Amino acid sequence: MKFTTLLTSAAMALGLASGAMAEDKTKVGFVYVGPVGDGGWTYEHNKGRLAVEEHFGDKVETVFVESVPEGPDAERVMTQMALEGADLIFTTSFGYMDPTINVAKKFPNVKFEHATGYKTADNVSVYSARFYEGRAVQGHIAGKMTESDIIGYIGSYPIPEVIRGINSAYVHAKKVNPDVEFKIVWAYTWFDPAKEADAATVLIEQGADVILQHTDSTAPQAAAQEAGNVITFGQASDMSEYAPHPRVSSIIDNWAPYYIARTQAVIDGSWATVNTWDGIAEGMVEIGEISDSVPADVKEEALALKAAMAAGEYHPFTGPLKKQDGSDWLAEGETADDGTLAGMNFYVEGLEGEIPQ
Amino acid sequence: MIVLEKRPQPSKAWSYATPLVAVVATMVFGGILFAILGKNPVEAIGTIFWEPLFGEFAFYYRPQLLVKGAPLVLIAIGLSLGFRAGIWNIGAEGQYIMGAIFGAGAGLAFYPLDAWYVFPIMVIAGAFGGWLWAMIPAFLKVRFGTNEILVSLMLVYVAEQMLASVSLGLLKNPEGFGFPGSRNLQSYESAHNAELIAGSGMHWGVVTALVAVIFAYILLNRHMLGFHIRLTGEAPRAAKFAGVNPARLILFCLGLSGALAGLAGMFEVSGPSGVVSIDFNVGYGFTAIIVAFLGRLHPVGILLAGGLMALTYIGGEIAQSQLGLPAAAIQVFQGMLLFFLLAFDLLTNYRIRAARSEVA
Repeated sequence: MKFTTLLTSAAMALGLASGAMAEDKTKVGFVYVGPVGDGGWTYEHNKGRLAVEEHFGDKVETVFVESVPEGPDAERVMTQMALEGADLIFTTSFGYMDPTINVAKKFPNVKFEHATGYKTADNVSVYSARFYEGRAVQGHIAGKMTESDIIGYIGSYPIPEVIRGINSAYVHAKKVNPDVEFKIVWAYTWFDPAKEADAATVLIEQGADVILQHTDSTAPQAAAQEAGNVITFGQASDMSEYAPHPRVSSIIDNWAPYYIARTQAVIDGSWATVNTWDGIAEGMVEIGEISDSVPADVKEEALALKAAMAAGEYHPFTGPLKKQDGSDWLAEGETADDGTLAGMNFYVEGLEGEIPQ
Repeated sequence: MIVLEKRPQPSKAWSYATPLVAVVATMVFGGILFAILGKNPVEAIGTIFWEPLFGEFAFYYRPQLLVKGAPLVLIAIGLSLGFRAGIWNIGAEGQYIMGAIFGAGAGLAFYPLDAWYVFPIMVIAGAFGGWLWAMIPAFLKVRFGTNEILVSLMLVYVAEQMLASVSLGLLKNPEGFGFPGSRNLQSYESAHNAELIAGSGMHWGVVTALVAVIFAYILLNRHMLGFHIRLTGEAPRAAKFAGVNPARLILFCLGLSGALAGLAGMFEVSGPSGVVSIDFNVGYGFTAIIVAFLGRLHPVGILLAGGLMALTYIGGEIAQSQLGLPAAAIQVFQGMLLFFLLAFDLLTNYRIRAARSEVA
């Protein structure tokens, strides 16, 4: 416990020091799981960081460390940021959950924000986006546009967030195309261009002419471009360099408003623990421009679907829906509750294969 | 004209000087790289090497050097014995993973039993897991003459798949809301490889690494087996006449390096990491190869090299957040270290001479 005291006193000394410097800058740290140039997940978080810098100008200083492995290394990086006087630290990957909680305990005066996790504390908030709303739009376009009726899906890890996306895309593809079939490949990585390219190639060879991805690199886009008649969707970031074909639309994670709001809360002293899960309505999930490769009527329907979700009129998981094993899940008109969605570990009826266990 | 001339005997002086020259060259060229990136090179190098040891927060970073360095040293010691005898275990990363799976698995099997013997059983299980994984290439080499470099390397990828599988299935935390990853061993006291003195960074893995250094030193210098290992590497024919049994040596070297890598994985998973997760391994098994060579395959050298590598990791992170250096630049910096080491190693066996070019 001596160590904790030591750290705390160091933190307090720092807190005092920065307090003494009065209008000193608020320091915001970001811990990234990938390189800022990944063109996907980390790229968008970094855009959020840059937006914070732009918004607050001289009042805020930001620091970041990229490509931090999930585990003891992450804990060290967070500790280091806290020691060096960060007031607010965003830890932007699910695997940073336990390290964030551990470090937060040692620095009660520093605020932490953990992305996509579920453990909160007095100084730890969690935040995530309802990506599955974007998946609904993708599923709709994919179901309309596939000619082979085979849609390939590159999964990262079989965790609830990814399974939710698969289910949402499948439900909406099936709705417009009853013959549609999903082929799912698990890449077991968030970012590995070589593996992602392999996965895309395998799916294309199996007849998929639409590729959906839950991994962060643009490698699947490149593979689709090479194959020619395959369409894709940008993941986490717009990936517009592959527009208008193969990339026909995208899900964009827009963290900037949240990061600015939370930084403001720290400056104002009004920061409190929250559990944020925002979607299209709040602007945290955006749909990238639907390109001209998509027929006008399909585009119109997709935009209408998006508008309905933004207005809160439509929930992507609305009954009647059954689970894969045929058991009832949602009755006619019933919508899924957040608790079930947060821990979703089952496929909906019609999907083939098993979730790796 | 400059020519390379083979030395009749490898130069002793150069074999000691090479690592130092390599470190200096890395600083110079790394400094140039940082300058091109628009950072003050002196400040950057200073941050990497000085800040963790003597900076404002050294009280936190110094113990972290032990935490980061211990698995590197432990694995590298095992590898160095084989490397000396020309037995190339490239798959320590896989053995590290298997050690963690076996060790954590043994611990979790007892959950939530509170007993003194849980941790020792985990230690044995961890070493066994690593040993078992290394026995595959060892057995295949002895029995069928396969190449241990390829087999051990390929088994790393197999081990990674096993890790993903147990994180999602067998060892998944039943209270984890369906998310992958095991229970956190840090909160299971009987299985927790805690710091022996709070705040010192000193956990059982660090102690084991230090013991391994001493053990390897004695083995190589005072024991017949150590002599056989050295002889096989330096003069394979002579070793045959001296009655060295190559099969036994292969089994011993691969088995021991596997067991040590397994121990490293077990101490990591039960201590600093706490959780068996899909991304548990972060490349210690591969980095340890650099450490082994940087340390001249000598136990004491490896100890120093492990410390140096740990320093570049921790200092590199500080440089990232303080100076905004990209992570890739730090990785290039670490890569330069091995590159220059191998390059300057040439001077151990060759000398550079200015030769007069004859006019034809």
